[in-house]
Amino acid sequence: MASNTIKFEKLPDRLPPSNTVGWMAWVKTNLFGSISNTLITLLVFYLIFLYIPPFIEWAFINANFSGSDRSVCDENKAGACWTFVKVRFDQLLFGLYFATNPDQMWRPIIAFIGFFGLLIPLMIDKTPHKKWLLITLLTIFPVFFLLIVRGGVFGIPDSDPSQWGGLLLTFTLAFVGIILALPLGILLALGRRSKMPVVKSFSIIYIEFWRGTPLITILFMASVMLPLFFPSGVEFDKVVRAMIGITLFQSAYTAEAVRGGLQAIDKGQSEASMALGMGYWQQTIFIILPQALKISIPSIVNTFIALFKDTSLVSIIGLLDLLKIAQNSSRSLDWNGYDIEAYMFAGIVFWIFCFGMSMYSQRLEKKLDTDRRE
Amino acid sequence: MKKISLLLSGITLMGLAFTGVSTATTLEDVQARGELRCGVDGGVAGFSAPNNAGRMVGIDASICDAIAAAVLGDSNAVVYVSLTAAERFTALTAGEIDVLSRNTTHTLSRDATLGTNFTYYNFIDGQGFMVAKADGLASVKDLDGASICVQTGTTTEVNMADYFRNNNLDYTPVGYSTSVGTREGLEGGACDAITSDASQLAAIRSETANPSDWTMLPEIISKEPLGPVVRQGDDQWMDIVTWTLHALINAEELGITSSNVDAMRADSPNPSVARILGGESETGAMLGLSNDWAYNAIKQVGNYGEIYEAHVEPLGIARAGSVNDLWTRGGIIYSPPIR
Repeated sequence: MASNTIKFEKLPDRLPPSNTVGWMAWVKTNLFGSISNTLITLLVFYLIFLYIPPFIEWAFINANFSGSDRSVCDENKAGACWTFVKVRFDQLLFGLYFATNPDQMWRPIIAFIGFFGLLIPLMIDKTPHKKWLLITLLTIFPVFFLLIVRGGVFGIPDSDPSQWGGLLLTFTLAFVGIILALPLGILLALGRRSKMPVVKSFSIIYIEFWRGTPLITILFMASVMLPLFFPSGVEFDKVVRAMIGITLFQSAYTAEAVRGGLQAIDKGQSEASMALGMGYWQQTIFIILPQALKISIPSIVNTFIALFKDTSLVSIIGLLDLLKIAQNSSRSLDWNGYDIEAYMFAGIVFWIFCFGMSMYSQRLEKKLDTDRRE
Repeated sequence: MKKISLLLSGITLMGLAFTGVSTATTLEDVQARGELRCGVDGGVAGFSAPNNAGRMVGIDASICDAIAAAVLGDSNAVVYVSLTAAERFTALTAGEIDVLSRNTTHTLSRDATLGTNFTYYNFIDGQGFMVAKADGLASVKDLDGASICVQTGTTTEVNMADYFRNNNLDYTPVGYSTSVGTREGLEGGACDAITSDASQLAAIRSETANPSDWTMLPEIISKEPLGPVVRQGDDQWMDIVTWTLHALINAEELGITSSNVDAMRADSPNPSVARILGGESETGAMLGLSNDWAYNAIKQVGNYGEIYEAHVEPLGIARAGSVNDLWTRGGIIYSPPIR
């Protein structure tokens, strides 16, 4: 017997209207959603059309890569002269000392390999023994770096740091600034929140003094004024003076970034830890700082990126960092007139490292994000 | 304070610190060190800029090479210290460098008040004007009412203002912070003329898309004698620097070049040649140097003319008949006799 019951069956889902899916819809809503959007879209497309194809043509299609002197580029002025960057690559990376002594070039190369060999595993989540890698990077690596790049021991020829240059110098200054400024900055941030009047006022004066002085002034003082206070012949190396200036300056900024994190921690955290019988240092190290540093990662990294770029200010004290050496290289008789290529190269290198730092800090934030936010 | 001293001692431990007090003379210092520390600009084509091999080259750098050859016998024994205009004199007086060869103009105030002594000139510069050839201008007097690109904050700005006021000419300055900016301004048509030191103008012209489109006007409106500078208070060292430069000029006068110096030393009948090259009198010993001081400098670096030709001619600054030619050919490059 056939059942006569009515069966309600779900019809298959209908597709959404064709004008709301696919790239057409995306373009329509996002680029041509309203009259003003349409106008802006058209304007931007026009600008892209105006500038991008000629740029690509200049930078890639017509560009000169071959040869080893300017004659290649002089014959074809329509394209970029990357031959210049190719020929001067060792100078741009390592500075004049290592460029004039190619047999010593292995020293900075090994230092770079060592640096990235320690740094990259640190950034990968699954690496075992990270703590030891970090300790190696912060303690053994700087000594190793000095021995091998500075030389003067174990039969390695002495290289005068003021003759270092290029990316090597930029890295050295930024690395020293970053690893010394972080602990100093943390101490200063704690000092500023301390209840001890001397520590507190010292920290405030220190931070406000260095923060209120432009880095260019500090470097200039370190380079021009400092030697006047020493007897003739006694001198700190220029690079060391720059390092001291950068570290003093940077620690004030780092301190303020860390203090921002400290202030965001609820008072209940320290009260609770006090209730558990913890002293000040226990509280700070195990309860407050881990939370505060996590919050301040974006602003700390922000100051580090700024520092990395600020190292190019050392050119005003005659140190040939990446930017300055690119500039000077393009002013030699061999290559004068090709300054755009020099600046482009320096810009791209700076961008790669700054962008890398920024990406890493975003990953770190996500990884450490334990807040149960909605 | 504890933190700072901790930091300082930490950095000292890093091994980059003091280089020792010295009471010795500059010559003794240089000889003990085995290298000459020479302050240069490092970014001026033809004067001092790194070549492809990373070595500083140019007319300023060559003077240091010659001094190193004269003092140490090796023109490669030079450490070039790049200096900005602001710190160059401090670096010299503080003993960071032994000689400053950084396109530095000799003026009374610098000579008298900075604790420095000027020696002689390796390039005599002066402020000039460059215009488009197509405009057909013949003189700065034709620039009445023109707009002129100039690097701001330099003495060129002041010199131009003075000159135009003295000559009752009108002009509109168009300021840029860099010399590259002034070049772009000129090429882009922001101004009718550009002003700077003549050597700088030549360098700018060589950087333009079509160097032959531009021409320099004949007037030179300022005096910019450039030369090596030493610290005050070490007369022996000043003599060495001065006379090394003189030796290069004398060598050109006498026709001694880097290629014929050996032949000249062996059998030149001219007693002046013998005196310079260490044959007859003890010229080196008088300066506290070895007797082949000038021979080494000429052999390894070349005479003044050779240096000029190698580094300044390529910029398009012709030497013949200019102030930088020898006095025997109508210039003012002149050297006292070496005897």
